[in-house]
Amino acid sequence: MIPLYWYLGLGLLMFTVGAVGVVVRRNPIVIFMCIELMLNAVNLTFLAFARYQPTPLPIGGLPDSWMSGQMMVIFVMAVAAAEVAVGLGIIMAIFRLRDNVDIDEMNLLKG
Amino acid sequence: MDWLRQVFWENEVGNALLRVLLFVLPILTLVPGLIWWERRLLSWMQDRIGPNRVGPFGLLQPIADGVKLFFKEDITPKAVDGLIYFIAPAVALFPAFALGATLPWGPNLKLTPIADVNIGVLYIMAISSLGVYGVVLAGYASNNKYSLLGGLRASAQLISYELAMGMALASIVLATGSLRLTDMVKAQEGPLWGAVPQVQNWFIFTPFGFIAALIFAICVIAETNRAPFDLPEAENELIAGYHTEYSSMKFAVFFMGEYAAMFIFSGVFATVFLGGWHAVPINWSALGMEQVAHWNGLLAPLFFLGKCALGITFFIWLRATLPRLRYDQLMSLGWKSLLPMGVFNFIVVATWILTTSLYGIGGGIATAVGAFAVIIFFTTRIAKSANANVEFLEKRTITMESGKGDPKPQEVNA
Amino acid sequence: MNLEMIQSFTPAHFLFLALAGIAAATAVGVVAFNDPVRSALCLVGNFFTLAFLYFTLNAELLGITQVVVYTGAIMVLFLFVLMLLNLGGVKMMKEKFDVKRVLGFGFGALLLYVIGAQVILPLNTITTAKAANDFGGPEMIGRALFTTYVWPFEVASILLLIGVVGSIMLAKRKV
Repeated sequence: MIPLYWYLGLGLLMFTVGAVGVVVRRNPIVIFMCIELMLNAVNLTFLAFARYQPTPLPIGGLPDSWMSGQMMVIFVMAVAAAEVAVGLGIIMAIFRLRDNVDIDEMNLLKG
Repeated sequence: MDWLRQVFWENEVGNALLRVLLFVLPILTLVPGLIWWERRLLSWMQDRIGPNRVGPFGLLQPIADGVKLFFKEDITPKAVDGLIYFIAPAVALFPAFALGATLPWGPNLKLTPIADVNIGVLYIMAISSLGVYGVVLAGYASNNKYSLLGGLRASAQLISYELAMGMALASIVLATGSLRLTDMVKAQEGPLWGAVPQVQNWFIFTPFGFIAALIFAICVIAETNRAPFDLPEAENELIAGYHTEYSSMKFAVFFMGEYAAMFIFSGVFATVFLGGWHAVPINWSALGMEQVAHWNGLLAPLFFLGKCALGITFFIWLRATLPRLRYDQLMSLGWKSLLPMGVFNFIVVATWILTTSLYGIGGGIATAVGAFAVIIFFTTRIAKSANANVEFLEKRTITMESGKGDPKPQEVNA
Repeated sequence: MNLEMIQSFTPAHFLFLALAGIAAATAVGVVAFNDPVRSALCLVGNFFTLAFLYFTLNAELLGITQVVVYTGAIMVLFLFVLMLLNLGGVKMMKEKFDVKRVLGFGFGALLLYVIGAQVILPLNTITTAKAANDFGGPEMIGRALFTTYVWPFEVASILLLIGVVGSIMLAKRKV
């Protein structure tokens, strides 16, 4: 079988690329995409662990705890969907206000 | 013969190849015939003759068209976004053909579907949601404002109608209890309404299934960008929208994709609502006619194709009948009519299943009658109060001091 | 990686390597392309490939959900916004070289080294899957989601509702 650390390595690579992108890029939509990339890297890691090392059934614990990895992925997807809907709405609102979406120039809250 | 059996039947890879070929080749060969059928039927409905010069009844017309398109010069405008412009037709064609991978067109599980997976309906939803990319990318890459508008319209339209389509399919999934399409066909072989064993229980005969079928049919037309929902490619508003800048074979590929999607969506409709590959909704085995049942199974692909043809004819008929919707009408139909209807239908199916499983069929009927009474009560109350409001508005007297037009300026005494 | 190890590979290994290669390349493309539309397309490719990787982990339902949610809805939304903004004539933002970039790449390398060497490499002995083969089917997930995890599920639905209301409030010109 494919060793677990291959999946984890891919997840780590994607996460790192996403994190670097968040720091490096200036376009807020691309930064959003990088955040999505990081979330997906985490999803992949969750699923890999859920397949290879599921939580053993604890005595007196949750009956479905070995499904927890997949459940986590479902909730990450839901959160990502809500986040994108609101985030892109905010970007559109900023664009309507300022005609410019450079992240370095969004300093209205500066003291 | 023996080696053929060895390669295509016993060998797993060969068998998979056989399944794919048996599905894709008929579609590839039938799409030109589909174009001929659309042009002839449309011209018959519009009281014209249509293409009738090339071959008998103009049957070879699509081939002539294909040859013409193939030898035309392939013009790439200078300002396009090269790579995206090039891959957009391929991206448009891919989901149209991938869509049918879980569609069973016969009873033999060794030949069809390509993959009998336990997530068949979700697969169809997923792949049909990819159909938007071809249109959006073509619109963006063409660097033409009309194309861009077409792409924007397509993305908004497809996302909107996807939801209602999902709700329609979800109620059927709830009734079947499985996401597998072969299970859906099997569920429709049961006795009608659970009472008449001679007649098959096609979902379009059940009340909830009929509403779901209606929603699904409308959504399919919107998903394939056909009239009256062809706003992304409206020729008189957007000069053909997203494929304005495409010529030669690239243009033809877009058309191939659209017609293949039409074909396969008709197949999905037939599988989910019209009993799959069965010819007529009669259980031959229950009537004791095993011979007919046997032949029904043998001729299944023909019956499935016939149902697909029926669906396509419906598409063409709608195109000849209905004018194109305005964009706000399209959006309000999707969001304000189809989606609430789909959700309501879903809740009704869920409640029915819950009450019948808890209290038997009597409980289900009692709940239905009770819910119906409550709905009637509230709608009549609302209608009454609304009517009272209308009467009040009609009977009120509006007094105006100064006749028509603007009030005259008061004279000022000096 | 020596020759002996490569000879012991099954087709599943090569499939994983191909998919992982595509996923990694598209992930890098998201950050590397200057044109945001190209970045978005790379991300679409990445998410689509990830769905296949989920299939290799036997998580069919989540793989298909990945396609429906990410490639089918979220990325279409991204492209929609990008195209809308292009209509207004935004000049493509030139990425300039500054300290932030150097720091970013340094931070990335550090992250890669620390987690890779300290956390992931010690796990290289795990090669067998312990979960059941059908652990990703719709039945299993449905049962778990609507019994044990029903409260988080409801909270997620409330979160989505808030998202819907919030985005409508943001998009409306006047309230």
